[in-house]
Amino acid sequence: MTLFLQFAIAGITMGALYSLIALGFVLIYKSSKILNFAQGEFVLVGGYVGLFFITQLGLPIWLGVVLLVAALALLGFVIEKLTIRPLVGQPILAIIIMTLGLSLLINGTVICITGSELGTFPQFIPTAPIKIGGAVFSQVYAWCFGIAVILVALSTYFFLYTRYGLYMRATAESHEVAQSVGIKVRSTFTLAWVIAAAIGGIGGFLLGIIMGVSGDLSEFGLKVFPVVLLGGLESIPGAIIGGMVIGLLENVAAGYLDPLMGGGVTEVFPYIIMVIILIFKPYGLFGLTRIERI
Amino acid sequence: MLYLNNVEVVYSNVILVLKGVSLELSDGHIVALLGANGAGKSTTLKAISGLLKSEDGRVTDGSIEFNGKEIKNGDAEKIARMGILQVMEGRRVFEQLNVEENLRAASGHWGGASNTAQDLEMVYDYFPKLRTYKKKTSGYLSGGEQQMLVMGRALMGHPKVMLLDEPSLGLAPLVTEQILEIIQLVNEREKVSVLLVEQNATMALSIANHAYVMEDGHIVLDGPAEKLMENEDVKEFYLGLSQVGHKKSYHDVKHYKRRKRWLG
Ligand SMILES: Nc1ncnc2c1ncn2[C@@H]1O[C@H](COP(=O)(O)OP(=O)(O)OP(=O)(O)O)[C@@H](O)[C@H]1O
Ligand SMILES: [Mg+2]
Repeated sequence: MTLFLQFAIAGITMGALYSLIALGFVLIYKSSKILNFAQGEFVLVGGYVGLFFITQLGLPIWLGVVLLVAALALLGFVIEKLTIRPLVGQPILAIIIMTLGLSLLINGTVICITGSELGTFPQFIPTAPIKIGGAVFSQVYAWCFGIAVILVALSTYFFLYTRYGLYMRATAESHEVAQSVGIKVRSTFTLAWVIAAAIGGIGGFLLGIIMGVSGDLSEFGLKVFPVVLLGGLESIPGAIIGGMVIGLLENVAAGYLDPLMGGGVTEVFPYIIMVIILIFKPYGLFGLTRIERI
Repeated sequence: MLYLNNVEVVYSNVILVLKGVSLELSDGHIVALLGANGAGKSTTLKAISGLLKSEDGRVTDGSIEFNGKEIKNGDAEKIARMGILQVMEGRRVFEQLNVEENLRAASGHWGGASNTAQDLEMVYDYFPKLRTYKKKTSGYLSGGEQQMLVMGRALMGHPKVMLLDEPSLGLAPLVTEQILEIIQLVNEREKVSVLLVEQNATMALSIANHAYVMEDGHIVLDGPAEKLMENEDVKEFYLGLSQVGHKKSYHDVKHYKRRKRWLG
């Protein structure tokens, strides 16, 4: 039981981070039907940019994070303007291939610049371990979980209760109708990329705190797929719950199976779930129900 | 205030649909645009509102002038922000959003200062039913309620011109009447000029100042609404009243086409 709790706590923390990263992905998909294969690169760049500001320049954590968010938002903005915007109106597949290309390009660039070295952030979270029901875990998990949950809540609030969130949801339903009421549909796309990049970047920072910054961070872009397929590509609550479920399952499974199989379960397990979901529930658990009224 | 001069529209670079349409909407007027299925009425409205672009259509000739400004092939969102709001055919609500969210989504785009709360009240005053369904998911509203919602949504954008595409389509006569009354009311009180496309010609002519009849991408007839109401051709083919009372035959249609050329 203690062991289970131990795995579960790590799993829920990772899950919250998956949810956060997946939210950015869903935002882009919802507003423009583009599958963004470069979401993981936002995580990667976020990690290294954070490392640059905080570890290398030695800026205070808060300032480093603010600059990181600004840098990633700018990156999202530039990518949308330069590479996605000119393709609007082309077949959606062309745009998706473009994001795949971007993912490789950014990944390669980061490796060139950083040499993909493992970097760590200075210790700023108290190290005293926390005990819950016999399980002992580092405070880092609690902090990262808390921050991820707050960010997920803020994003959800933005989406559901603010003017620009509403414009995004309207755009998601129909570009044509959104335009007809005066919504700047293209600006809405840009906004989606800006937010996706920014929250992906913070995800990279938080993951960097837990496991160090390395080239591995970009793999969280692929993990997004089982998460959003579980939750339903267009569903915000789906992304949140999907992230938690995948994080929890993969960590518990890995905790018990890794010793038997010699490791690697976390890398495989989410994709096994993904395949099963695709077979039995292709629209995910929370896929939007189309309203058909006759 | 709104002039179309010899407007030609082509879809997908090859399909010529409007073949030189000219019409005029004066300040404060309600103008009806009538015609059979496929005549090009919706295309005319989309040419004005700029929504043509998202269907791969283009105005290839002529001009569309709004308050002295050329707006042809402009961005739909810009034209909406200028105060020309199209209410598309088929009650296109944002289905997953609730009633109030639909209205709010249309707020804050026009040039002037917006007071969303005040605008919402204005819409709810015109359509009291919407007030009672504020939180209802709009996809589940009835057809009439959805029509009210899309018209209310257009009102949130402070329109100077409303382009209404078949607001009565598929609605019960009583609801249609209600909707037409509101169109008249909005026209008077909010000083909104209206270009009204309708299959229901009798209804449309009853509230319009002026009307145009369209056929196969041309305007074939136009005049003051009362005059058109009296016109034998219009009576026969758009009001569904045959003078002699017998069924329309192909011969009549041919006769009409001949006369149409003569009139046009
Ligand atoms: N996107 C498009 N691409 C090609 N042709 C189109 C397109 N939209 C409309 N058309 C054609 O243009 C013609 C006019 O269509 P439009 O929708 O303007 O007619 P309408 O007068 O509104 O008819 P209805 O009363 O049935 O709504 C039709 O022949 C139609 O097939
Ligand atoms: Mg039509």
